[in-house]
Amino acid sequence: MTDAAESSPNLNLTRVPEVGCAPIGSAAEMHLAHLWESAPGWRGWLSTVDHKEIGLRYLVTAFIFLLMGGIEALIMRLQLARPDQTLLTPEQYSQLFTMHGVTMIFLYSLPILSGFSNYLWPLMLGSRDMAFPRLNALSYWVFLFAGIFLYASFPLGEAPNAGWFNYVPFAGLEYNTGPNIDVYALGMVLLGISTTVGAINFVVTLFRMRAPGMSIDRVPILVWGTLTASVANIFAIPSVSLAFFLLWLDRQTGTHFFDVVNGGKPLLWQHLFWMFGHPWVYAVVLPAMGIVSDALPTFCRRPLVGYSAVALSTMATMLLGFGVWIHHMFAAGLPTLALSFFGAASMVISIPSAVAVFAWIATIWLGRPVFNTPFLFFAGFVILFVIGGLSGVMTAAVPLDFQLNETYFIVAHLHYVLLGINVFPVVGGIYYWFPKFFGRMMNETLGKWSFWVMFIGFNAGFFPMHLAGLLGMPRRIYTYAPNMGWSTVNMVTSVGSFVFAAGILLFLVNVVISLKRGALAAPNPWDAPTLEWAMPSPPPAYNFAVIPFVASRHPLWEDRLDEGAGRSSLDQGYLLMEGRETIGTTPLDAIPDIILKMPEDSYTPFFLGLFSALAFTGLLLHWGGFTVLMALACSLSLIAWMWPRKALVQRVPDIKQNTGAVHG
Amino acid sequence: MAEAMQQDKPLPVGSEGKRSGGWWGVLALIVTEGSLFGYLLFTYFYLASQTEQHWPPEGLPALAVPGMNTLILLSSSVFVWACERCIKYRQLRWSLASMALAFILGVCFVVIQLNEWSKKTYDMTSDLYGSLYFTITGFHLLHVVVGLIILLMLLLWIALGYFDDRRYAAVTIGGLYWHFVDVVWLFVFTTLYLSPYLY
Ligand code: HEM
Ligand SMILES: [Cu+2]
Repeated sequence: MTDAAESSPNLNLTRVPEVGCAPIGSAAEMHLAHLWESAPGWRGWLSTVDHKEIGLRYLVTAFIFLLMGGIEALIMRLQLARPDQTLLTPEQYSQLFTMHGVTMIFLYSLPILSGFSNYLWPLMLGSRDMAFPRLNALSYWVFLFAGIFLYASFPLGEAPNAGWFNYVPFAGLEYNTGPNIDVYALGMVLLGISTTVGAINFVVTLFRMRAPGMSIDRVPILVWGTLTASVANIFAIPSVSLAFFLLWLDRQTGTHFFDVVNGGKPLLWQHLFWMFGHPWVYAVVLPAMGIVSDALPTFCRRPLVGYSAVALSTMATMLLGFGVWIHHMFAAGLPTLALSFFGAASMVISIPSAVAVFAWIATIWLGRPVFNTPFLFFAGFVILFVIGGLSGVMTAAVPLDFQLNETYFIVAHLHYVLLGINVFPVVGGIYYWFPKFFGRMMNETLGKWSFWVMFIGFNAGFFPMHLAGLLGMPRRIYTYAPNMGWSTVNMVTSVGSFVFAAGILLFLVNVVISLKRGALAAPNPWDAPTLEWAMPSPPPAYNFAVIPFVASRHPLWEDRLDEGAGRSSLDQGYLLMEGRETIGTTPLDAIPDIILKMPEDSYTPFFLGLFSALAFTGLLLHWGGFTVLMALACSLSLIAWMWPRKALVQRVPDIKQNTGAVHG
Repeated sequence: MAEAMQQDKPLPVGSEGKRSGGWWGVLALIVTEGSLFGYLLFTYFYLASQTEQHWPPEGLPALAVPGMNTLILLSSSVFVWACERCIKYRQLRWSLASMALAFILGVCFVVIQLNEWSKKTYDMTSDLYGSLYFTITGFHLLHVVVGLIILLMLLLWIALGYFDDRRYAAVTIGGLYWHFVDVVWLFVFTTLYLSPYLY
């Protein structure tokens, strides 16, 4: 890249992007590969900023957390399978359900979706990377370290134990003297950093990094889902980070925010937590719904019915979602007027969800469904969505909530929502994009088996929980007496849980076998419509040899759909190969606006992530000096990161010295 | 289609002002940090509205010094803005001077604020008001310090001749962050110093 810049210095500041072709094997294509590939070995592994690599890491890490949370759940189900069991002590049970909730909610369900979006966004949008590749790497490393941090006190038997929403005063120093809550508080602040920078990256990517012609009404629904979730996170994460930080201050420095004796208010915790918590619930389902909206039509052999309605309802859900946090506090003793208002709002929120459901059903109805594994998962998802939605509307009714609050009905509801709307689309999505990720198909027979085992096990396990709730079984109890009449439902639930787990195991076996021996995948094995299928499987490091021009919502189906006036151009487009480059376009119409210089691989994100995790460790252990040292290391890493570089044309190219090495 | 999209207009390359990724990134950062302060002030008003204590326990806050300090902080924003203009009009010397002045004013703010802190008869742990007062001003002071480090780096980079009228996105971006820190102070100031006069 030095050479190109030297030969014509004024190209440094403005130029007309060259249009051309770069078929595989051509000199141009080889040059691109050379520019974008990471170094081999551990150096490339630590320094890569490739969104595909980062996306896969997110997927694998989050899936491991799913397995860990799953094992915790199975241990709980063993304990609850029969009355009066003594496998677990009450304290162990508390730690298990708390860590299970924390793991599933924070370490699995959003990160796994970030994994999909990280991998897929640039490919779907026609870009060579995310807007901030290094920030992307940072968000992964911090996520990983925060996950490890949150688990650090688990082996000591001192894990967080106050439930995932961690209500004070129980989470205060008075009732919880050990390190458990401090680990949770600091870990959540750390994780919040990761989520926030990730969200910023998605938002800016959407507005700036789409291929020319991909106007805002042509982006896939997954992009809408992740965008909405990211915008919500940008607004909502500070609330929970602040809540946990204030709690930590209360516990460690003796402030009085939640301290009842001195005028503090425990309800403040509930407000701050749920102002974040409810939007978060949507953040972990909307992108998953996006996966279905994009992938289901492929198997129905027709475009999604009601694209605009679904896109709008995605955003409407989130907008309403910010106004309904109070419904988690119905039983906390608030004014009746507030209850009625928030109860009504919580019912209204089911309207946009219904729009999406009808769109999927209509798509299946009007299409010619192909019943293979991904389709089964998406169709199963629609069914579970309806059940979870119904029980949700029930709890939005204030009087019913008084009755059902804190019973197993809630546990049933939240698992239908979270497993139904997150886990099933995620597993379906992995079956769908596996060929793109790894260049091999997954096994169909095993795939169908895994679906049916999961689906049957799930319903057998979780549907009876509704009953347990109606029979009055409270949540978060570590055991129950034989004469309560809950023994049968609990046995069925436990057996169902293990069947479900067996389904997940089958899926994992399928992954391992297919990675080794799966049939080689063509670029577009499902004959799908969107851009990510226009390139080889797996995609080359630079994604698009030429930046495509996009003319419709379904660039690969244009010949049969005849949607817009023109045709997309995929083989001919901007070459952009003087260093790592891609095109920046205008936010709405995607008109080319700037040639963006993309950063090289860098170790800085890894070290910044490491130093910040160590700084939090210092805080936890009260190592003042160490914390200061690590904070300093963070600042230095940031300064190194931000240092303006000629290679990125962040500072004026110095023409006199241009014969020397390019800085940085 | 390809023809329709064909460019003959030259496009800027690299980090060009408000078209650069960094500008968009810092806007998003400001939104999320702005929310953080929003939640902090919500906390203040929520607790203040529910308290049975005398509020603020010390009686109404004195306005002279904090008011002056507010003006100091705002004027430093003006100089950051002037610095950017000067680069745009190729007055590099002036831009350097302007940035230096902005930095010094920012430091003055910190010193005066620390002095205010030391004059208080209570601390974070004495009562609820103390917890709120020191947490909120502390959060803000931390942002000022980060902003000052940014200004210092910009000063250094300008002195090293990194920027001219063609490329100076870092100044635009860092400057915007500084303006944000200053605007947030107005909200903090209104909440902690002015709002007690209303009830
Ligand atoms: C094999 C699958 C799973 C089983 C058997 C299972 C089982 C359980 C059990 C037994 C509890 C404790 C109920 C109580 O005592 O109150 C629980 C709580 C919970 N589960 Fe799961 N679960 C599974 C998967 C998931 C998934 C995938 C998620 C989220 C994505 C999830 C989220 C939660 C949450 C948020 C709680 C509440 C924790 C709390 O009370 O603080 N679970 N689950
Ligand atoms: Cu909610």
